[in-house]
Amino acid sequence: MKNRAIFLWTMLSASTCMDHALAAGVTVSSKPKAISYINGIVPVMDQGTYLHAVLEQFEARYSGAGGEFRYDGQAWYGSDYNRLWVKSEGTIGVDGRFRDGDHEILYDRPISRYFDLQSGVRLDIDHGPTRAWGAVGIQGLALYFFDAEATFYFSDRGVAGRLHGSYDILITNRLILQPQAELNFYSAADEARGVGRGLSDVDAGLRLRYEWHRKVAPYIGVTYSNSLYATGQGAASRDSGGHVNFTFGVRSWF
Amino acid sequence: MSSCIQPKRKAVSRRRFVTSTALLGISSVFPHLSRAAPASVASSGMLPEAASSFSLNVEEVPVHIGGEKATSVGINGSMPAPTLRWREGDTVEIQVNNRLDEKTSIHWHGIRLPAEMDGVPGLSFSGIRAGESFTYRFPVRQNGTYWYHSHSGGQEQSGLYGAIVIDPAGRPAYEADRDYVVVLSDWTDADPMDIISNLKFNSDYYNFRQRTVGTFVSDARRNGLISSVRDRLMWGRMNMAPTDISDVSGAIYTYLMNGHAPDHGWTGLFRPGEKIRLRFINAASMTLFDVRIPGLTIEVVGADGNDVESVSVDEFRIAPAETYDVLVSPSSSGPYTIFVQSEDRTGYARGTLAMQDGVQGAVPPMDPRPMRSMTDMGMAGMAMPHSGGSMSGKSLPAAASKPEHHASPRAVSMDDMDMSGMDDMDGMDMPPSHTMSGQAHKAGHEKMKPVPHAMKTAPAVPVQAEKMHMPASAAIGSSHSVHLKPGVEVQSIARETSNRLGEAGDGLDGDGRRSLRYTDLRALRPGTDPREPSREIVLHLTGNMERFIWGFDGKKFSEAGPVELTLGERVRFVLINDTMMEHPIHLHGLWSELENGQGEYRPYKHTVIVKPGERLSYLVTADVPGMWAYHCHLLYHMETGMFRTVVVS
Repeated sequence: MKNRAIFLWTMLSASTCMDHALAAGVTVSSKPKAISYINGIVPVMDQGTYLHAVLEQFEARYSGAGGEFRYDGQAWYGSDYNRLWVKSEGTIGVDGRFRDGDHEILYDRPISRYFDLQSGVRLDIDHGPTRAWGAVGIQGLALYFFDAEATFYFSDRGVAGRLHGSYDILITNRLILQPQAELNFYSAADEARGVGRGLSDVDAGLRLRYEWHRKVAPYIGVTYSNSLYATGQGAASRDSGGHVNFTFGVRSWF
Repeated sequence: MSSCIQPKRKAVSRRRFVTSTALLGISSVFPHLSRAAPASVASSGMLPEAASSFSLNVEEVPVHIGGEKATSVGINGSMPAPTLRWREGDTVEIQVNNRLDEKTSIHWHGIRLPAEMDGVPGLSFSGIRAGESFTYRFPVRQNGTYWYHSHSGGQEQSGLYGAIVIDPAGRPAYEADRDYVVVLSDWTDADPMDIISNLKFNSDYYNFRQRTVGTFVSDARRNGLISSVRDRLMWGRMNMAPTDISDVSGAIYTYLMNGHAPDHGWTGLFRPGEKIRLRFINAASMTLFDVRIPGLTIEVVGADGNDVESVSVDEFRIAPAETYDVLVSPSSSGPYTIFVQSEDRTGYARGTLAMQDGVQGAVPPMDPRPMRSMTDMGMAGMAMPHSGGSMSGKSLPAAASKPEHHASPRAVSMDDMDMSGMDDMDGMDMPPSHTMSGQAHKAGHEKMKPVPHAMKTAPAVPVQAEKMHMPASAAIGSSHSVHLKPGVEVQSIARETSNRLGEAGDGLDGDGRRSLRYTDLRALRPGTDPREPSREIVLHLTGNMERFIWGFDGKKFSEAGPVELTLGERVRFVLINDTMMEHPIHLHGLWSELENGQGEYRPYKHTVIVKPGERLSYLVTADVPGMWAYHCHLLYHMETGMFRTVVVS
């Protein structure tokens, strides 16, 4: 029941954000003057819709403590201004358990040269108990071509935040070194999900990929993940301390 | 008296060509630079007999140009489409039969005709549905070199273009012993819709020459570590790259001359002592070309179909949709290579002037690729002190641009640009790689001029404003007063625009060569409309490279209304390029009389390159009523919004 309320609220906020974006829109101001084209045919296709998806992480991780598989991807469908945005990430351990499952469905609207405003819902669905959050965030290209995402989540359990950033260092035009980090914050601990209060977990990586095709790039790297909650409060389900993992995988998109 | 150009040939493969939905599609884009077999269908470049009645079958034509067998769109079994030769004074009748399984259209580029014959779906007519025909009929009231192409989706990229040569009613201004058309184009096996989709996702998709750690090291060695770091930071702060020359590159393009890939190229035969007219047409979708013929001086005698006073150059740039007629007079047996580099130097088209078939000339190495400069960024004051035309020994044109009546589009402050960090750049070294034209190379390591403080607050004035005079009375009103701000569709705003008509263009004038400039173009005959313009239409060329949205005044086509002209009026179009790429702007149906300092002998053009950071103007007499297309002739800029309807009524 509560979840549905959150969902509705978020959809409402999404439309409000859209209005706001429209109001703030620098270029979308006056309505074009009506002109009737022959048989309604539009001479160019600047209102085309596109579908893209990218799997940034699709990788195996190995450390002294064992191994796991992790994926992190996004997809969007829509026009220049109105898009449906889907994000999903998760980890599968050697025990076959699916953890850190985070899935978001967002409405996305460009609001500035490089940034989009996103709002919608986040669902934590994995082996643990399911949670639902409202989500509002921005995603885009910060200065110096730095890819950034900052998302704020809210639910009856409190609020949470996520920061994600990555940067492509071109060693050559096809060999690319990418530092990347994700931080998760929560206002309240959620023991059942192994989530701590404050900075709950960190997941970072340094990946070296080779774009033998723009759309398919195998990589190797090191990743580091640390559930800070586990170290302090001893949740049984989580390993303690951070791991440095040897990682390999494939980045792909279409 | 119908003269069917070629017997109709049924296309072998019926692969559905362009889908209407612009969705995914994993294209077979494996970048490779070398290409195998020549085009299976190509043109000899020779002129057919003139005729007034034609039957053109638009159909799929199998080709083998890139890595694989592919299907192009051609006419009467030929890609490029056959050359049409008309006579000035005739009324031509052209029946176009659509044998594709999608809509098509033919636009007669640069031809002055009734609007309903112009061939733009939605503006002139509804297009030609699959299996149907349309008959174009219009009087020919001009002569020279033009071309025709599809105005539907990606068909132009896929091969639907051909030359038009119109014989003058009287004696030609320049006689020649031989006459060839040279149609330049950029072929790809990739689906045009996939190209747009890829660019929407990643605008660097086709750029494999971005700056890297490696180029940083070499820059640092050459220019010092500090200046290289600063330079990287400066471009990074703008989220832009000086390596952005072309959106689509030789990574997927094979550059063609008369349909011939560069491995063998096209051949034009000649005898020493003859005068040869070459009619260059850039039918490429996204590529500006730089043309030269080592060993021969190029005499430019026509631009966009109109005679100009002969100018001798070593090299000229030709943007998509432009045409140039040139004369060459080889005195020895050659062979001579017609060397046509893409502006970004990722490939070239090639031809040979030879005494017999099969003889090949040497292929010169490609020139260094250009890099964008601060002038391109619309920050001319920060670039090296260079004024257009200084190399040519010519004085600046008394041009076009008005002494900044800054209908205040120009009064853009530094804050608006969100580039306040620029102050740091005072006294910064400008690495030579950032400069572009020859004159800038000379200035190589000179310190950049500190920006006078006043410049930051006062309305910007074009660098050479003091050197210009007003071509028109001061009392002209300006219809536009756009205050641009950075936004979704405006990645950058030129803080300082300049008159760049006297510059050859980024990457030209290398190696001591003399390249053609717009200021060189002087019409043979004075213009036909001596009236001063009654008003001015100011348009900014804008875009966001990252999002791959292009437009005018920060709006793409679907967000903006038409540009309205009154039948019979004379207006001045002022174009300000706020982006860091060239845009060849084409006005359908009406001439664009470029104000390049030649007074009443200003050249009549149909397509005008606006350089990055440039402000230029041309005069237009709105003498034909109807809805006309007005757009950037880079296909994917047009399709993503850099398009307006001009209504004359």
